[in-house]
Amino acid sequence: MAKKVALLQGNEASAYGALYAGCRFFGGYPITPSTEVAEVMAVELPKVGGKFIQMEDEIGAMASILGASLTGAKVLTASSGPGMSLKQELIGYACIAEIPCVIVNVMRGGPSTGMPTGPSQSDIMQARWGTHGDHPTIALVPASCQEIFTETVRAFNLAEIYRMPVQVLLDEINGHMRERIELPEPGELEVLDRAAPSVPPEQYLPFDPSVGDVPPLAAFGSGYRFHVTGLNKAPDGFPTTRAELVDAEERRQLRKIEAARDLIEKNEEYLLDDAEVAVIAFGTISRSARHAVNALREQGIKAGLFRPITLWPFPERRVAELAKQVKGMLVPEMNLGQLVLEVERVVKGACSVSSLTRVDGEPITPDQIMEQIREVC
Amino acid sequence: MAFNYEQYLRPGKLPHIWCPGCGHGIVLKGLLRAMDACHLDKDRTAVVSGIGCASRLPGYVDFNTLHTAHGRAAAFATGIKLARPEMTVLVVGGDGDGVAIGGNHFIHACRRNIDMTYVLCNNYIYGMTGGQFSPCTPMGDKASTTPYGNPDPTFDIAKLAIGAGATFVARTTAFHATQIDKLIAEGIRHKGMSVIEVLDDCPTAFGRRNKFRSVVEMMKRFKETAVPAATAAKMSAEELQGKIVTGILHREERPEYCEQYQQVIDRARGA
Amino acid sequence: MSRRYELRFSGAGGQGLITAGIILAEAAAIIENQYAVQSQSYGPEARGGASKSEVIVSDGPIDYPKATLVDACLALTQEAADKYSDTIKSGGLLLVDEDFVKAPPQGDFKVVRLPIINTAKNDLGRAIVANVVALGAMVALTGVVRRESGEEAVLRKVPAAFAELNKKAYNAGYDRVKALLG
Repeated sequence: MAKKVALLQGNEASAYGALYAGCRFFGGYPITPSTEVAEVMAVELPKVGGKFIQMEDEIGAMASILGASLTGAKVLTASSGPGMSLKQELIGYACIAEIPCVIVNVMRGGPSTGMPTGPSQSDIMQARWGTHGDHPTIALVPASCQEIFTETVRAFNLAEIYRMPVQVLLDEINGHMRERIELPEPGELEVLDRAAPSVPPEQYLPFDPSVGDVPPLAAFGSGYRFHVTGLNKAPDGFPTTRAELVDAEERRQLRKIEAARDLIEKNEEYLLDDAEVAVIAFGTISRSARHAVNALREQGIKAGLFRPITLWPFPERRVAELAKQVKGMLVPEMNLGQLVLEVERVVKGACSVSSLTRVDGEPITPDQIMEQIREVC
Repeated sequence: MAFNYEQYLRPGKLPHIWCPGCGHGIVLKGLLRAMDACHLDKDRTAVVSGIGCASRLPGYVDFNTLHTAHGRAAAFATGIKLARPEMTVLVVGGDGDGVAIGGNHFIHACRRNIDMTYVLCNNYIYGMTGGQFSPCTPMGDKASTTPYGNPDPTFDIAKLAIGAGATFVARTTAFHATQIDKLIAEGIRHKGMSVIEVLDDCPTAFGRRNKFRSVVEMMKRFKETAVPAATAAKMSAEELQGKIVTGILHREERPEYCEQYQQVIDRARGA
Repeated sequence: MSRRYELRFSGAGGQGLITAGIILAEAAAIIENQYAVQSQSYGPEARGGASKSEVIVSDGPIDYPKATLVDACLALTQEAADKYSDTIKSGGLLLVDEDFVKAPPQGDFKVVRLPIINTAKNDLGRAIVANVVALGAMVALTGVVRRESGEEAVLRKVPAAFAELNKKAYNAGYDRVKALLG
């Protein structure tokens, strides 16, 4: 049978990916350049009996999806720039209370109002560290519209399985550009649901570490009455200041993704086998990098591309290995040098690391990458 | 027969954190009597709060309970209610939480007329952080951050709720304990956004800074200044100076949000 | 490497240039099964200002999604012509509205002048279909998709009530170019 195809914007693709994953609740607030995600959800969710609500502000949008998620729904919000700054408070809440949710951040220039219609990749450290306190982070960085669809589906799977917020980071370019997408049939992509408690209500502990690093989350209204708080809490969900319980809880929440790195990490390696120089790039800029790598290969320069698709947790083991193989790495990014810090941290001087940054609202071009690699080589 | 509060309280979670003389315990008991009178199914009822002394209430009661972030209770509650309209949703919180940091969520929940019952304990102060002035602290009064008297005008929460579109608005005080449960029960039965403001005493953070020598004095003031709405209707503005108008202040029928959204679903599905 | 063909539709906000780009991308990617990427840039204004939409068509996967050297550029306003013609490939094409771009930029590219907006206004009675006239003209000039594919993509995009008008607009643009080029 012929595949169902459509010409979709990246933002639209993420909304359709969310629907494919079973998202049934969207709470949002209008902000450029992410608004199309909300617009698609406003059209499509009621058709499947889902709920769309435009809240009074970004924080309310985040709050509404967390409330809905606690009733068992798969939930989504989308935002950009200042909206993401406002959402950080409740991203932290979702981390500590372990409430699954997906957040699409279509990155734009900043800080503050910045450049609403200009692309950027400057929220990657915010995605990692934006909310206060120590917390686990999963952030996915798809490059193409097709991949935005499939990675949004994966974001839901990860959110539900690891019981935490997962961010999908797009930018104004791949959020707004249109490409042909093959729409997967139901069942074609893996869709995972959160684990239900295996014990009767009277024995249920919503944060029971003895059942594993990701205790099952019951739904409000399902007969499991439990308490949820943003305070540090004991396994029963009620606030505690007992040192050993607080420590164990915080460490478990980081461990649940550290221990699952192999399942969460996802990279693409392109022409790296014999590469002497590796470009480390993600999202839209990985497309410039691929173009550059191809052109450099034609000129006899052994360049390759390492493209994280999961940005957080960062694929530190693989990048460290690569650093022993190549002479140098180039990290092009649409910010003033964020990912390069992580690469340098992981590489620990094993090879040279060069940074290429751009924040003028235009993407880094293949020519810029080629030029800098020629200088390095 | 005495009312059995224990059936709704979580075993082992008391004593509560509230100070001796605090009115929140009176509100808690009134709330439980109201929920009992409405025969609420524990499994299908959610009690949501923000941050503050009053917001600790959900931890003590045996329902689906959610202690959210500061000011965000109404927005979380909106998500729960819209996702599961069959659930009864109550919000409990204080004045700073509800109408300062949470003011935007509060007025928009009122505007949507979403079916929930918001019990707002107004004790005129931020108690948990040690007595800073709130939008409800009377002008001229003392708080740790208004050492020379409060220069800020105050919010009238009931008027705010009515203006924003809540369809059931009532007010009472911690002194009028039996009225608390009657008004909350009316609010729960009302389809739409119900706001019940309970003027509450905070002897620790408010009373002692403002010349109330005891809890009894604070309660006495509630008793002496309360005027039932029906009586107040016949009084002049001058006569109402310094009075607290109690009872049901506003009630109207207006389409409820989740029902409106169901119509959206029906239209989207081409019904 | 794959054959990469870059088109740009430029003019003022509200002239439907992004829509024209989307229709072309739809014709290439969905109807003809080529690879295509459509992107755009715009200012904060919903109307006015300079607006551009870019379409890259290729026989292989497209990596860099923005135009590098444009094979064919449309400009409906003088401002757009001045602003966006500098990246036209040597030997490329610039299609301008002859009434609104009085001084087409000069360069190592071929300039084609056509009364696009006036064709829409006078021949079709609706200035609003100027973008579809322009699309027909660009398809005729570049051959990047077949004539029928462009027409089908137009018809998929517009409401049924406007199908006939837009079909005429598309073909008016197409035929005017063919007549001009003989």
